Amino acid sequence: MIADFGYGVLLVTFLVTIYSIVAALYGEYKKSAALVESARRAMLLTWPLLTLAAAVLIYLLVNHHFEVQFVYEVTSRSMPTYLKVTAWWGGQAGSLLFWSWLMSAFASLVTLRKWDRDREFLPWVLVVTAVTLAFFVGLNVFFENPFAKLYQTFEGVEAYTFRPTNGILFTPQDGRGLNPLLRHPGMIIHPPMLYLGFVSFVIPYAFALAALITGRTDDRWIRLTRRWTLWAWLFLSLGLVLGGRWAYDVLGWGGYWGWDPVEIAAFMPWLTGTAFLHSVMIQEKRGMFKHWNMLLIILTYSLVIFGTFLTRSGVLSSVHAFAQSAIGPSFFVFIGFTLIVSVALLIHRWESLHSETKMTSLLSREALFLFNNLLFMSILIVCFWGVIYPLISELLTGQKVTVGPPFYERATAPLFASLIFLMGIAPLSAWGHSTLKTLGRAIWKPGVAAIIVTVLLYLTYTQKVIALIGFFLVALVIFVTLYEYGRGAIARMKSRNENILTALWNLTGRDRRRYGGYIVHLSMMLMAIGILGIELFQVETQGTIAVGDSIHLAGYTVTYKEVASWDDRPNGVNHTRAVVEVYDSKGNLLGTLFPRKDYFYDAEQPMTIPGQLASLKDEVYVLLIDWEPISPVGTTFKVFVNPLVNWLWLGSLLFLVGIIIAAWPEKDPERVAVRVEKRVRQVSAADD
Amino acid sequence: MTESTIPSTRRGVPLWAQIIVWAFLVGLLALVAMGLSRRQQGTVQPGHVIDNFTLPLYSGYEWNGKSEVQFKDLRGKVVVINFWASWCKPCEEEAAALQQAWEEYAPSGQVIFLGVDYVDTEPEARVYLKKFGITYPNGPDLRTRISQYFRTKGVPETYFVDKEGVLRYVQVGPFTSIQQIRDQIDPLLGE
Amino acid sequence: MLKNFLRLTPYAIITALLATLLYTTFTFAQEPTPSDDEVNKIAKQLYCPVCESTPLDACPTEACRQWRELIRTMLAEGKSEEEIIQYFVDTYGARASAEPPNRLAAYLIPTVAILLGVLLLVRGFQMWLKPPITKVAAGEREAKPTPEDPYIARLEEELQKRK
Repeated sequence: MIADFGYGVLLVTFLVTIYSIVAALYGEYKKSAALVESARRAMLLTWPLLTLAAAVLIYLLVNHHFEVQFVYEVTSRSMPTYLKVTAWWGGQAGSLLFWSWLMSAFASLVTLRKWDRDREFLPWVLVVTAVTLAFFVGLNVFFENPFAKLYQTFEGVEAYTFRPTNGILFTPQDGRGLNPLLRHPGMIIHPPMLYLGFVSFVIPYAFALAALITGRTDDRWIRLTRRWTLWAWLFLSLGLVLGGRWAYDVLGWGGYWGWDPVEIAAFMPWLTGTAFLHSVMIQEKRGMFKHWNMLLIILTYSLVIFGTFLTRSGVLSSVHAFAQSAIGPSFFVFIGFTLIVSVALLIHRWESLHSETKMTSLLSREALFLFNNLLFMSILIVCFWGVIYPLISELLTGQKVTVGPPFYERATAPLFASLIFLMGIAPLSAWGHSTLKTLGRAIWKPGVAAIIVTVLLYLTYTQKVIALIGFFLVALVIFVTLYEYGRGAIARMKSRNENILTALWNLTGRDRRRYGGYIVHLSMMLMAIGILGIELFQVETQGTIAVGDSIHLAGYTVTYKEVASWDDRPNGVNHTRAVVEVYDSKGNLLGTLFPRKDYFYDAEQPMTIPGQLASLKDEVYVLLIDWEPISPVGTTFKVFVNPLVNWLWLGSLLFLVGIIIAAWPEKDPERVAVRVEKRVRQVSAADD
Repeated sequence: MTESTIPSTRRGVPLWAQIIVWAFLVGLLALVAMGLSRRQQGTVQPGHVIDNFTLPLYSGYEWNGKSEVQFKDLRGKVVVINFWASWCKPCEEEAAALQQAWEEYAPSGQVIFLGVDYVDTEPEARVYLKKFGITYPNGPDLRTRISQYFRTKGVPETYFVDKEGVLRYVQVGPFTSIQQIRDQIDPLLGE
Repeated sequence: MLKNFLRLTPYAIITALLATLLYTTFTFAQEPTPSDDEVNKIAKQLYCPVCESTPLDACPTEACRQWRELIRTMLAEGKSEEEIIQYFVDTYGARASAEPPNRLAAYLIPTVAILLGVLLLVRGFQMWLKPPITKVAAGEREAKPTPEDPYIARLEEELQKRK
């Protein structure tokens, strides 16, 4: 009964979004502001409606309504309540609803803003967001109904939205339970972050299309969506990082990134989004590359949809794949439709998007940004090719192939290195004009410092050439950024007699976008240190040892103390947990680790949880591979030493700080102006 | 707006570039569409005429004195193609029933069973075959060609092909009784 | 807790006994030859179709365990790394290898695409950097070095003064 109500709400939401599209289009055609306003209100209605549908679903999830297929598939009686709630996005149908819910929240937020100066954009922004929303809600309504119930018919038990003739409601005793891999805290926040990033990129895209359709192709749409883009990028980046952390903690590969097709599918919009973030600055400052920005945001949106499609249609095989489903073809049609419409519009408006100024120097900031974009696009090409290659191969030769990490690592490493190099010099170059001389003058001090660091590393840490190049580049960027920061701070300290902290604080406050950006650059470099560490210096060994014996690796000694196995009945899990002690080369005890293997009875699936001993230098990562109660040989462990990997997670924290500084809402000078104007008008009215 | 201020370089997209862009887009969409349709298809459907394939046999097995089976040589017989693997637990459930059915039908010469071993290692496969005393021709699915042709979704799966080489029935998952196997073979024998 | 402990005690005792027994009888018992590390080194480069997208060395399924044992057997027979990978490709198809088979196409096409991008950019720069033939149109933004912010300009001035 209550499930039917939920479905009804979904259906109404779908109709409301359709109405919003029609009203906005017709209102625009008839030049009727009232109709457009009505479309806008309809859009505002979607979020409360979807919230209601979500509340119904959560109610069903929490209260063991196993007659609902989705509830049966993702929950079980033994799961704790918070997991029953987060199981909302643990399966196909629910996560689609989650997507729509977030999407409508963003669409509502954007429709709530003041539109006074941008009336002409409103109907088109509404149309684009409502079409996207209608598509996702439509998937729920027509293909993946989270409220479908199980009915027993002559053919067996199957899920139906409406009761089939002769069907009897079927209520299983217990559900199948959430995939254990998804019960990890990292997995609980990773998908929402990723989805937030995905849906918030819809907003800049909607404005871009509105600009293309209305022909108002100045940089207004970019200024309006700048902050949206930053938030979108923040969420997408966090989603990726959290996904990496989850893989590191749960999948037992000893790594955080496996170049899995679905990881790449989420990484691709990040690449174009990052390129977009940089190149819009050129348009704002110099009025150049308008085509390019349009193309980038169209690409980003398409890749967001494409990524979602790849994950959910089963076109690519992946650890992330959802169960096969009927939504593939509709996704395909939607992607085709949006791509064709966007590209056609772009070609149509090509003429009016020409640059207002010319490039004057190969070393100017805008030129360097263009190189940066080229590199991001190159990485995108590599990734895209890697994802699509198995499809092409299967089509042409009938042979299934795997494109694994070696391909991506080899092909992208030089590109990433060049990108870091650009990150080093770009902040030093000026808009419009720079020469080798001005650049050289700015870079020599940080350059020398970076060389010193590299020499020190050569003497003390590593002789690997690739690693030294990497560390040199990273050091260069760090010094350049700190140097830029420091110069500003020192100037403030001298001119205003501020102490260093106030000077830094005020400096950042003055130009948050610039200095927030610098902090993001710094954080990327910390991450790069972690990535270099694990990619170039990771060592591993596997061995079967008896209690009391040790495994030696990279100066560490891992001693096996004991093992125990027990059932956690209420949660339906069997834990097998080993106790190992880690010593350094001098024999000092560094810590005790508890690598374990959990077996989930409801899902019939094991999960390997590593024991991790973290430090800034290394991380000792121990996996319990195999244990038999009466094995004569002992227990099998796999030990990794992952040098520097924790810099990656540290970097991601700093990243959060930087991007929040850059994206924090500012007082909108325009709005202040409007308010002042109003007040003036009121005053003058009072005078009359 | 600056519409009137930039005179010289202003122009639309040249036709050739438009053609390239659209061709690329259409090609890409076509590629994805084909990939998608492959995934959506499921296994080969009954009614399909099965093309020839070669099954090399494990040593100790032979058919007509040869150590491989050509599917095209089996015309005029009902062919039961069973995909299995030694690491597959459900396969064990049906192994005995399959062997028993084989023993029933083999003397007539009208039916042939083929065991196709999917992504398996030979030593374990031998242990499995020995454990269940399987005597019908068995061999590895080299380069997974046969399973790719049948678009199998997993193991065990069993395909019943009639005397004309037409696929008639697909069993996904294990048989629970020998009667299920008989039910599929008997009608085909009568034809 | 206590119950679990009790339930486990026999296992623990047996394990300990067996361990000591083994330890005393095969004091010099070696690692299984070839060692797990040698096996994993090759397994890293292989992908088993049963658990797609997970490298063989990290895959927990039974099929993958068998594959790893096969690698061990082949290593013991003295096969080289290349031979073993080739064997897996021949037996299980090209997707068993982490590297796509047609390596030339796999690497060439993205390289060509990137080079095309570079070419376009170079052409663009040539066009942009050409001295304008016609007089710069009115209303066009000035192309001199413009600090983005008067504040930054002031900062720069301060810095100049200090020198």
